[in-house]
Amino acid sequence: MQTVKMVVTGPFSSGKTSFIGSVSEIPVVRTERKITDSTRSIKEQTTVAMDFGRITIDKDLALYLFGTPGQKRFDFMWEILSEGMLGFVVLVDSARPETFREARRILDTFRGYSNTPFVIAANKQDDEDAWPPEDLKIALGLDQDVRVMPCIATHKDSVKHILLELLYIILENASDEATPARKN
Amino acid sequence: MALKGNLKDVGLHQLLNLIYLAHKTGALTVQGEGSEGNAHLYFKEGKLIQASMDSQVTRLSDILVKVGKLTADQAKAVRARSKVDTDKELGLLMIQSGMLTQHDIIQGVKNYLLESVYRLFTWRAGAFRFDPNVLPPEERITVAVNLDHLIMEGSRRVQEWEQLRDELPDLDVPLKLVERPTTNLRNVNLTVEQWKVVPFINARNIFRQIANYLRVDEFQIRRIVFGLQTAGLVEVMQGVGGGVVAAPLPPPAPPPVGRSVLLRVIDRLRKI
Repeated sequence: MQTVKMVVTGPFSSGKTSFIGSVSEIPVVRTERKITDSTRSIKEQTTVAMDFGRITIDKDLALYLFGTPGQKRFDFMWEILSEGMLGFVVLVDSARPETFREARRILDTFRGYSNTPFVIAANKQDDEDAWPPEDLKIALGLDQDVRVMPCIATHKDSVKHILLELLYIILENASDEATPARKN
Repeated sequence: MALKGNLKDVGLHQLLNLIYLAHKTGALTVQGEGSEGNAHLYFKEGKLIQASMDSQVTRLSDILVKVGKLTADQAKAVRARSKVDTDKELGLLMIQSGMLTQHDIIQGVKNYLLESVYRLFTWRAGAFRFDPNVLPPEERITVAVNLDHLIMEGSRRVQEWEQLRDELPDLDVPLKLVERPTTNLRNVNLTVEQWKVVPFINARNIFRQIANYLRVDEFQIRRIVFGLQTAGLVEVMQGVGGGVVAAPLPPPAPPPVGRSVLLRVIDRLRKI
């Protein structure tokens, strides 16, 4: 069985676990723990190592989705998870501008690991306080060619759309020569 | 839909840049955390057209006094003569009476507006809200200011502010006149603002008290005192500033897979 992987990253409580859960054919394998610090007011549990979802492509190929832990103190996991990824999604909570700086930091860190393609998902667009993607793009100080897409991580079609967009970008950059994907 | 946030997360220069690049029209309100009250900025198609702070005067005659275009007596006289209430009508009256030219008024309003925004650059925090398509009241005089230059100048002032803060980190220390200045006092020229501070310098008055009494903000009092200190006239206790750590950029490492694998993944994902 051949596997390919994509990473879903973003600040604490940006919706990574929900994003993966929306499209994964298996219940997301979660490594969550109860939050004990001040961020508990935002949510009760957080990912400490990774989230894991899977989509079977065909009998020989599977797509793995890895979600990174959002809290800064678990960022040692990021580089491990990013190894061999096809591309990554940076999920941003569009209604919490206090996380934009952290989102930019995470993006820069992942771009530093590898120059694989990525998209920014402006999540929680159903929240009335959400910043529109085009404003988010400027607030994050992103180049014009960076794709910032509207997203509602709990909606399967929205997540599918983001992943397909990322795959199209990866496809544009891919060579005809196949680099072997990881075999289990 | 309103954009909301806090200046501690999205800096003013980022916000203005957003408004400039997206050619936005609307009203930006920032809630001040100090004594200055709220700031109100209006934009039209990516340009600043009006700005004021709750703590500042907003009437045209008062603004023109502040920026030195009118004396307080002239302002009083023009208000007494005028039966009109709006800034536009008041401005017209001043032009018709030959007191000021249109250029004087526009320049005065513009300078005042710029100073308000530059002061806002020194705010480190404050909840903000940008409401699209909201314009200032019709009777106010508006001046279109390009944001690119304003952002650059504002950022420069922030740098200056940070330098001053590093030089004079603590506002809760007293100032002291140097007993035997080494400077030749004949060569020292003090500004009006510096002269206003000098009488209050003694061991009992801390910076902050002097600033509060003279109604100047932290930036201004630091600048005034720094000037006096550089001239060798006053002494203050100094703290230490902090440093900035820049993140290194690791080299890139591309990991592509073949097109056929990608096409299979895309095909499957479309169907789920």
